[in-house]
Amino acid sequence: MGYQRDTGLVHAPHYSPEYRSSMLRAPSQPLVVLPHRLTEITGPLFGESDVRPEESDLTTQHDGEPLGERIVVHGSVRDGSGRPVPNTLLELWQANSAGRYQHQNDQHDAPLDPNFTGNGRCVTDAEGNYRFTTIRPGAYPWGNHHNAWRPAHLHFSVFGRALPQRLVTQMYFPGDPLLDYDPIYQAVREPKVRQRMISSFDLESTVPGWALAFNFDIVLAGPEASLLEEPHVD
Amino acid sequence: MSTELGLTPAQTVGPYYSIGMTRPGTEFVVPADHPGAITISGRVLDVNGDPVPDATLEIWQADADGRFDHPDDPRGAVPGFSGFGRCGTDEDGRYEFRTVKPGALPDQAPHIDVLVFARGLMHWLATRIYFAEETSANAGDPVLASVDPDRRHTLIATEDLRFDIRLRGDGETVFFAL
Ligand SMILES: [Fe+3]
Repeated sequence: MGYQRDTGLVHAPHYSPEYRSSMLRAPSQPLVVLPHRLTEITGPLFGESDVRPEESDLTTQHDGEPLGERIVVHGSVRDGSGRPVPNTLLELWQANSAGRYQHQNDQHDAPLDPNFTGNGRCVTDAEGNYRFTTIRPGAYPWGNHHNAWRPAHLHFSVFGRALPQRLVTQMYFPGDPLLDYDPIYQAVREPKVRQRMISSFDLESTVPGWALAFNFDIVLAGPEASLLEEPHVD
Repeated sequence: MSTELGLTPAQTVGPYYSIGMTRPGTEFVVPADHPGAITISGRVLDVNGDPVPDATLEIWQADADGRFDHPDDPRGAVPGFSGFGRCGTDEDGRYEFRTVKPGALPDQAPHIDVLVFARGLMHWLATRIYFAEETSANAGDPVLASVDPDRRHTLIATEDLRFDIRLRGDGETVFFAL
């Protein structure tokens, strides 16, 4: 028993020099393949009792309403064989609508929003579905290269049920012109693979008069029994 | 027949992960008065040997008897021990966990799995902490055996339970592909 492994087409190479910090921090030696033994076919499990329902709404954590475009972000968490991953913890963090993080190291000259922390959590339901209410984040500049701007994104952390399923990723928005210039997004080499990180506008799930909606499905490594090649990327 | 779905790629946690991934007390796997409580600490360093002040480490391990509270353990789940800790590094790149020493597993020396997340890392890096005093168990451990003998020491905590993680360069820690 074990979990699906990246064939090299999914995750970006650790050493991706266009993303400058990787030159200081990415290993130079090849990774040693670790067969999945007891410690790897297990992993931390969190359930509904670990979060409060209101943690999935990032717009109601303060006395006032945050500024910006209210959005619903929802989707499913499944494994590579298509099976839902129920009861798994998702953590979300993001910049505010002006592109500023509520973080002491963020010196971007854009306003903080006293009504927005940018931190949410939820647990998938029995069908593996999740739903957040938040604010569409702004793009922000960063020091990677001249006039570098990150496309608007949400940071997602997902646990799954075993260590090989552990995933931290970023969700992007459709049609963002900055994606073409972003070395973090572009570090995932295969265009069809990196497009999996772009959410889709979901008219069905908008809340009339109140919020737009985006769908973002997350796929974690599945059990090895279903291990096949990376599905055709066409 | 199952549907084959393409996996979602990983992206870096970036410099502001603490907004979403930091909560008080997660570095304590067990309370201070827990029998056999130990402290494992160390630093995370970059290619220049400089501290990495914005990394976060997650640990996952068996309890003192070598059991997991997890339904996929074929020996059965043993409830009561979470086995999970998370700790961010400080300005000196330092982290510190309070936990118990895991018991041996069938055919494996006692060890703790570690995932490292940081700005500059596209995806987490996985490594393992082994224990210096387990000389004979370590000698029979299949994972240690699979590692270049010259680099094996990077996976073994010192007697006083210090475990530094060198991400790149001289003395680079062995990292695993899961
Ligand atoms: Fe960000």
